[in-house]
Order: sequence, then C-alpha cells, then structure tokens
Amino acid sequence: MTATYTIYALSSGAGRSGVAVIRISGPSVATLLGEFTGTLPAPRDFALRSIRDPSSGEVLDKGIAVWLPAPRSFTGEDCAELHLHGSPAVVSAVLDALGTFAGVRPAEAGEFTRRAFLNGKMDLVEVEGLADLLEARTANQRRQAFRQMSGLASGIIEAWRRQLLLIRADIEAAVDFADEPGVAEEAAAGIDARISLLLAEISAAVEASAVAEVVRDGVRVVLAGRPNTGKSSLLNAMARRDAAIVSDVPGTTRDSIEVSLDIHGVPVVLTDTAGLRTEASDAVEEEGIRRSLQRISEADIVIWIWSPDVEGSADPIDHVPDIIVRCKSDLSSGLSRNECSDTGLSISTRTGEGIPLFIEHLSALLRRRYGVVESSVLVSARQVSAARSSIRFLNDALKTPSGHLELKAEEIQRVSDEISRLTGRIGVEEWLGTIFSRFCIGK
Amino acid sequence: MNTKFDVIVIGGGHAGTEAAAAAARLGSRTALLTHRADTIGEMSCNPAIGGLGKGHLVREIDALDGLMARAADRAGIQFRLLNRSKGPAVRGPRAQADRKLYRQGIQSAIADQSNLTVVAGAAYGLELRDGRVTGVICEDGRMFCCSAVVLTTGTFLNGVIHIGDRRIPAGRHGEPPSRGLSEQLTAAGLNLGRLKTGTPARLDGRTIAWNRLEEQRGDADPVPFSFLTSSIETPQVSCYITHTTTEGHRLIRDNMHRSPLYSGQIEGVGPRYCPSIEDKVQRFQDKGSHQVFLEPEGLDDDTVYPNGISTSLPEDVQERFIRSMPGLEEVVIKRWGYAIEYDYVDPRGLTAALEVKKLPGLFLAGQINGTTGYEEAAAQGLVAGANAARKVVGQSPLVLDRCSAYIGVMIDDLVTRGVAEPYRMFTSRAEYRLSLRADNADLRLTPIGIAAGLVGGPRQAAFRAREDAVRGGLDLVRSLTLSSAKAARKGLKVNQDGLRRSALDLLGMPEIGWSGVIRLWPQLQELRPDVVEALEAEALYAGYLQRQEADIAAVRKEEQLALPSGLDYAAMPSLSAELRQKLAAVRPATLGQAARIDGMTPAALAVVLGHVRRHGRQSAA
Repeated sequence: MTATYTIYALSSGAGRSGVAVIRISGPSVATLLGEFTGTLPAPRDFALRSIRDPSSGEVLDKGIAVWLPAPRSFTGEDCAELHLHGSPAVVSAVLDALGTFAGVRPAEAGEFTRRAFLNGKMDLVEVEGLADLLEARTANQRRQAFRQMSGLASGIIEAWRRQLLLIRADIEAAVDFADEPGVAEEAAAGIDARISLLLAEISAAVEASAVAEVVRDGVRVVLAGRPNTGKSSLLNAMARRDAAIVSDVPGTTRDSIEVSLDIHGVPVVLTDTAGLRTEASDAVEEEGIRRSLQRISEADIVIWIWSPDVEGSADPIDHVPDIIVRCKSDLSSGLSRNECSDTGLSISTRTGEGIPLFIEHLSALLRRRYGVVESSVLVSARQVSAARSSIRFLNDALKTPSGHLELKAEEIQRVSDEISRLTGRIGVEEWLGTIFSRFCIGK
Repeated sequence: MNTKFDVIVIGGGHAGTEAAAAAARLGSRTALLTHRADTIGEMSCNPAIGGLGKGHLVREIDALDGLMARAADRAGIQFRLLNRSKGPAVRGPRAQADRKLYRQGIQSAIADQSNLTVVAGAAYGLELRDGRVTGVICEDGRMFCCSAVVLTTGTFLNGVIHIGDRRIPAGRHGEPPSRGLSEQLTAAGLNLGRLKTGTPARLDGRTIAWNRLEEQRGDADPVPFSFLTSSIETPQVSCYITHTTTEGHRLIRDNMHRSPLYSGQIEGVGPRYCPSIEDKVQRFQDKGSHQVFLEPEGLDDDTVYPNGISTSLPEDVQERFIRSMPGLEEVVIKRWGYAIEYDYVDPRGLTAALEVKKLPGLFLAGQINGTTGYEEAAAQGLVAGANAARKVVGQSPLVLDRCSAYIGVMIDDLVTRGVAEPYRMFTSRAEYRLSLRADNADLRLTPIGIAAGLVGGPRQAAFRAREDAVRGGLDLVRSLTLSSAKAARKGLKVNQDGLRRSALDLLGMPEIGWSGVIRLWPQLQELRPDVVEALEAEALYAGYLQRQEADIAAVRKEEQLALPSGLDYAAMPSLSAELRQKLAAVRPATLGQAARIDGMTPAALAVVLGHVRRHGRQSAA
C-alpha cells in the first residue's frame, strides 16, 4: 500500500521523565527524519543529532535519532525513534511539529500493534499480551484521569465535544434538510458564531495550560546580582537550610544552586546564581557567570539582589528584574539608590529583618501571574497537541467559501478527529439525534 | 407455464423491480412474483423521487443501468435540484412524480426486459432443502423451482394498518398482508422485529381553494435523474403550501388518546425524520404552525398528497383537522391516513451481498431490511438481484464499498450496525461525501457495472463518450496555464508568487470560477455543460479529495483483510462480553467491517487479528 498515514506517538510515559521516546511509523518517516535531524542516520544506529523544528529551523532539543527502515522494524514499515530530554515542553514541541506535516497524524491507541500485526511482525501470544497491556493502560489512564485531573481537563474536553456535536448537527441539518421549511436557515445562522466561540475557548485553554505547565514544573525564580551581595544567604534564609555555601569571599557560588520551595501553595524552583561581574578570576568562574546569564534568561521571575557594601550592585544587568531587593539592611547605608526604594524591600539575612515582607511580596507576584489554575487546563502534551491542531482546523472552517457548508463539515470533521482521540468518537447517529431533537423534521 | 427459474423475486415494488431487472440483465432466467401485475412500480406513499442522499442513490442506480431514474424522468412533473446554492457534493435531484406515469415507466421496462417473466400470485413460503433455498410455494399451491430467491416484502410481512383503534391486517391500502414467511424466517434463526411508518390522508384537488394558497414552482431548467435523459418532456406543474393552525393542534391534543401511537396499540418504532402530526404537535409544543405541502399525484389525477401530516388518528379527527387548514375548509378526503406496522429482519444477519447468512440462496432487499424510502429499496434491490444472479452461476458477489458509493455506505451500515428505526439515507452518512457526488455517479460506478455485465449497450456507448469528454476537459484545464503576473494584468486577484496557475487551479477559486476562466480562455466555452459541472467539482474539492485518498487507502487496506466466517468469538476471553456478542451477531466479513461495529476498540481488533492468524495456521495444518 502506498498512500497511508504516517503515525507517531510518545511511547514513553507521559509527564516528566529522564528520556522521552517518540516513535514514528509509515511511509514519510525518511522524509520526516531528514526534516528534523538534517541527514538520515545509518540504519539501526544511535545518532546524536540536533532536532530542529522544520518550519522555523529552531533547535528543539539535542537527542538520539534512530532510523529503522522497513521491513526490519517494530511495525514492519519504515520507522524512527527520537530519544529526547524528557521535558514536557520539548516533547510537546516535537509532537506539534510532527503534526503539521500532511499525511502525518498521532497514532490511535493500539495502532502500532495493529500495523505490526498486519505486516506479520507479531504472533497471537504477543498480540494478546499487548492487548492486555493496552486495556490495562486505558483502565489505568482512566484511574489516573480521576486521580490527577479530578475531572479537570476531561470536563473541558467533554464540553468541546458537545459544542462540536452541535456545530456538526447545525451544518448537517442545513445540508441534509434543506427542503424542510425553515430548518436550513435556522441551522445555518449560528454556525460561524459557534465555531468562533469554540475557537476562543480552545485557545484560552492552550494559553492557560502554558501557565499551568510553568506551575507544574515549578515557577523558576532566579536570584541574581553582583558577587557577594548576599544572594546565597537569602536562598538559605528562604530554604531555612544550608543549600548554598555561604561565605564572605566574593564569587563563592561558582555554579547555580537550586532549591524547591512551596510559597503559599505555588511550587517554586529557587535558583541562586554565580555573581555577575565583567572580570572573572578564573575559567571556572567565567563558566559560572555564563550559566548564570542563561538561568536569568530562562527564568520566570528574576530577583535582583543588591547590597550597599558592593559598589555598582544596585544597577541591574540588562535583563529587567521583576523584584529588586536590598540586602544587608543591618549595614549602615554607605551607598543608596533611590529607584530601588520603590519596592521598599530591604532585608537582613543576619537579623531576619524584612524577610517576611519580601516573601509576602514575592507570593503576591506569584499568585498574580500563576495563580490562575482554572478548570480550563490541559494536562498532557497529547491534549495540548490535539487542541493546537483543532485551533488550526477551526480557523480553516471559518475560512471556507460562503455557502459551501460541505467544506465546513470537512474541517469540523478534522477537529472531531482530534478531539475524539481524547474522548469518544462523534458518530453520525449522535448528530442525527441532535438534529431531530432540535428541529421539527418531516414535512 | 414454466415453473423453473434461476432467480425468483418476490414483490413488485421498488426493490423487487430493480432486483428482477438486474438479475435478468445478468442473464438469469428470472421470475417476478407479485400479488397483482397492475400494481408493479406503485408509489405507495408520497409521489416524489429523490432528494438529499436519496437523489444520489437514484443516480447510482442509473449508473448501474437500473430502472428508477429513467422512470422518474418520464414521470417527473416538478423537478427541483436541492441545495443548488451549496457545493456540488450536496446537491440532490428531486422530483414530484405522476404516480401513473411512474408505474407505467417501470411496468414497460419490466415488460421489455428479456429473461424476465412476471408471475401474478401470493408467495406462501420458501422451499428449503439442506438449508438452502430451492423454490417458492404460492398460496394457491403452485410451486416454482429456483436457485436463488430475492425477498422484497415491503410493509407486507405481517402488516397491520392502524386507524384510530381499528387494526386492519394489510400490506398497504386495500391489499392483504403476507403471513407465512415471517414464521419461516424466524424458524431459520433470523431475528425479526417490528417497525412502523405512516401515510397522510389523500385529498380531492377539486375541492381545494388553490387561489388562496402559496405556490411553489419547480426549477425552470429541470435537471434529469438519468445520465441517458437529455431533457424533460413531461409537462411541469406547481405544488402549493398551506399550514396547520393552533385550532388544528388543539384538536389533535384533545384527541391524542385516540391515536394508536399514544394509546400503546403500536409497538413498532417509527422514523424520527418522518414523524406523524401527532408527534410533531406533542414534541414541538412551542410551534404554533407547521407547513404542509400539497403535492399533485398526477397530471390527470385530482388526488393531492398533503406532505407533512401523516397520521393514524380516527377518521372524524382527521377530517376536522385537515379542514382546519387554510384552503382546505371544504376539502373532500379521498382516502384516510394510517399507520402501518410490519416485520423486518435484523440486517446484521446478512452479508454485504444482502444474502441471508443462515439461508444461502436467499437475498433480502428493501423495507424487510429495516430501511424506508423508494430509493433505498431500489438500490438494495439492484444489488440483491445482481448477487442472486451471480450466485446462480458461481460468481463472487458484487460489493460496493463505502468509499465508492452511497449504496455501499447504506448496505455496510445495515449489515454492520443494524437498525434502530427505519433507515433513511442522508449525505452526512457518507464519510467520503465530497467524492461520492450525484454528478459523478456514472464515472464511479458504470465501469463496475460494465465489468459485472449489468450495463446494456446503449448506456455503455453513452458512458464512453461522456468519460472521454470529462477526461479531455480535465486534461485541457490542466494544460492551460497562466503566470501570476499575467493573471494580475488580467485583473485577477492572485498571490504574486511567480507561480503558473492552471485553468483548473483558477476554477477552484470561488471569486474567479467558470465565468472568470472562460474570459481568459474563450475556447473552454466549447465544453459540454456536464463536463463543466464535473470540472467545477474537481477544482473546488481538489485539496480535500487528495486528503481523502489517504483515508480511503487506509480503509481499503483493512477491507482487504478477510475474517474467516468460522471465527469463534466466544473463545476470545480477552474481549468484553458485549463485544463478543456483537461480533457474533454481525460476523464481520473483513477487519474493516469489524472496526466499524459500535464500541469496537483498537485492542479488541488486535485480539481478533491474532485469532485470524491462529485460525489460518490451523486451517492450513
């Protein structure tokens, strides 16, 4: 068979893990591998490659690419595996990029197995075993869904499914019951408004889930400043343990140190960084500074720490900090800076003065930015990927030439295909049922 | 009289006539056994053919050289192409038909068909030998031998008409039901159920105040059903529209207890898309009025069919209700409306060839399979008749799949999912609707029909000419190209990307369309209108059709994997009890069919596949 879909799936478990494996099978695998990794690796080799987004050229990750040409592969088709760093952001970026290719789509549950079997790669015992596994996994997923999501994402996805059903019912009522008095006009009137509404909801959920993902992984708060301004002392004070080595020698923190905290319910990864200065004393410190700058650029919140006893420390580097804190408030103020007094944050790790106020300030910022964990949050990369594709197809549905409801139906079917991967299929009987309950059909 | 045939078709309705003609076209010595020869081709309910989904079926029947389209073109007295303003995939031809002309059209086609004998008589039962069908026994004792039977009982199988609290055993108005066959089918292990349908009263047109009613005209340029009809010669007439009133609704509500639908007297399930007026009033209480279409039953027939008010209320209520509508105050009723209950066979007991799995040689078509509608019946009749004839000479069955025909969609739905209410075709049932169009039914199916021997010489010649014209037209619009700069100079809004665009590409842009394309290339005006229609559809849907090809290829791959009929689903412990039961009831012929069973999971499919493999090894050993 020539024309069949190329399918892909995250075959390691969802969520954070050390390594994530994405498996791809089908006729376009060689092309896809070329697009993502540059050149095709030698068959059955583990090749270290930069994995790029083919449309933007942006490097998504550095990982292992494995090329398994047919027939010696898991499914008997051309296959590939991408071994990535197990961050949900990386995985979802790669899955998203895969989904943009024509003829390439996420695998249905059990589809790799079915293809393997069709190509004579497995026997009954293996299939029975895998089937049990699949059933167990779905059951397990269902339990997980209850436990982890407590009906959060499933509720919103179920709501989208209902809206899709209504949209499809309206389209098909206008198409199939065009000769029924009044039905087509009434049905067609609200279709685009319904599509726009669903589009807005799905877009909002995708945005909310980006925020939620930050929260899930811990909000990255970075302490930055010149050497010896008291960053490590503050980290220790906040962690209430000696996570960072604190000394009076400038430049003690050569690398970044992380502690996980819970600040009034928001998980935070607090990072202490090497102090920034132009003249590093040695290569190690230079590397430390380079890493500090990288941490700062990746941070969700940057706290600039300055101290009156360190010259020039009140002027933040070019990255605009979210909070500025004056440390060592117990020292008499040799130097001062008016702008910094805006926040009024002045602390002493030695006496503990000002620390509760600082934490209160940080906590308010965290709640403001990341406290919106509503029910409209997608949990897995799979859900986000389906939602992103749905947004694309809903936009296409709005752009179909006017009058051509049959084309709108095709786009809505594509959205249904995406959503039905997460929830139940939307079948013809279901939309017919909706039509007959809404409209008086039968002239 | 000859008492030996290859194929006997029982029933002279829309399924039976197509079945008999198809079997005879394939060379089978065929008998059409029907109560009365003069009611062959009768339109028992509404005087109309076609519509959305249904019009597609009529075109497909025609593509396979069936009778319905040509008879409807001869009988059509008001043609309307539905969804004219929407895309070509969802346009459906429909026509009001003169019932007498339609009957005559069918009867003359049957009379002209070689290999086909009409036998007047009532079937009493089937003769079975060694679990196979070997003949038909008539109520008057006559016996006919055959190798295959097509049973098309319509509403006759244990038919009971309900008017008010009266129950009249009948197949339809004024004709006796068929009784013995149901017991025989049940005894053979088939599952029978009850369905219900209804019909409105018929009115005397001479007593209607037409001048007070809104007129509904047909299309100025009637579009024929048949690919062989060049123009419609029959005179065209109008329909008229009246409406129900709040007074009429009150009357129905006050008398609801006298309707057998609400008294519990009727147990059969009726179609939701063809509700009785009792249902409409009950279920849509906020609607104060429903439109009623007054459709003439013929050019020289005063009978009028009031579409939209089928009922089983007693006569006195019917009369008062009908007279409550504007224009009908003085109307004389020629015949009362009624509901009818009848037996149907669970179609999951059939193969995709419409053959009964438990009674080889017996084929079922039409309402007996749980469908409703002339077009649905005729389409099944054609397939059942063709397959009965092929069975007789040991040929493999003719099966149209979901990707190539509405007929395939319908039969697959029936044999895979069964029915919960009378099944009617809708375009939304076809997942590949953009490629299964009424305009290309012949291009899709006539080659299949020719290969099967179903298509006669005249149609073959006409088809070859049209196929050449369409192909030539496509080649032409692909070969004519224009640069983006030149397009801009001609005043067309296209991206200035330096690409050359073909006439086909430009045709697919709604703001350019055919009128824009012929301005650029005047030679295209030479193309035939039907070719232009085909090109417009191809251009509009090009991107979508490409995508559907991948879907279709995937479906066909699974269709190629045959599941052995002896597969023991009970011995698959890892399947749920519900799925085991469904699989055993349907006995899917292919993996694709198994995948379409409600509730099927990918894991369950993998298990089934595993057993296929083991089954294969054991059979080989």
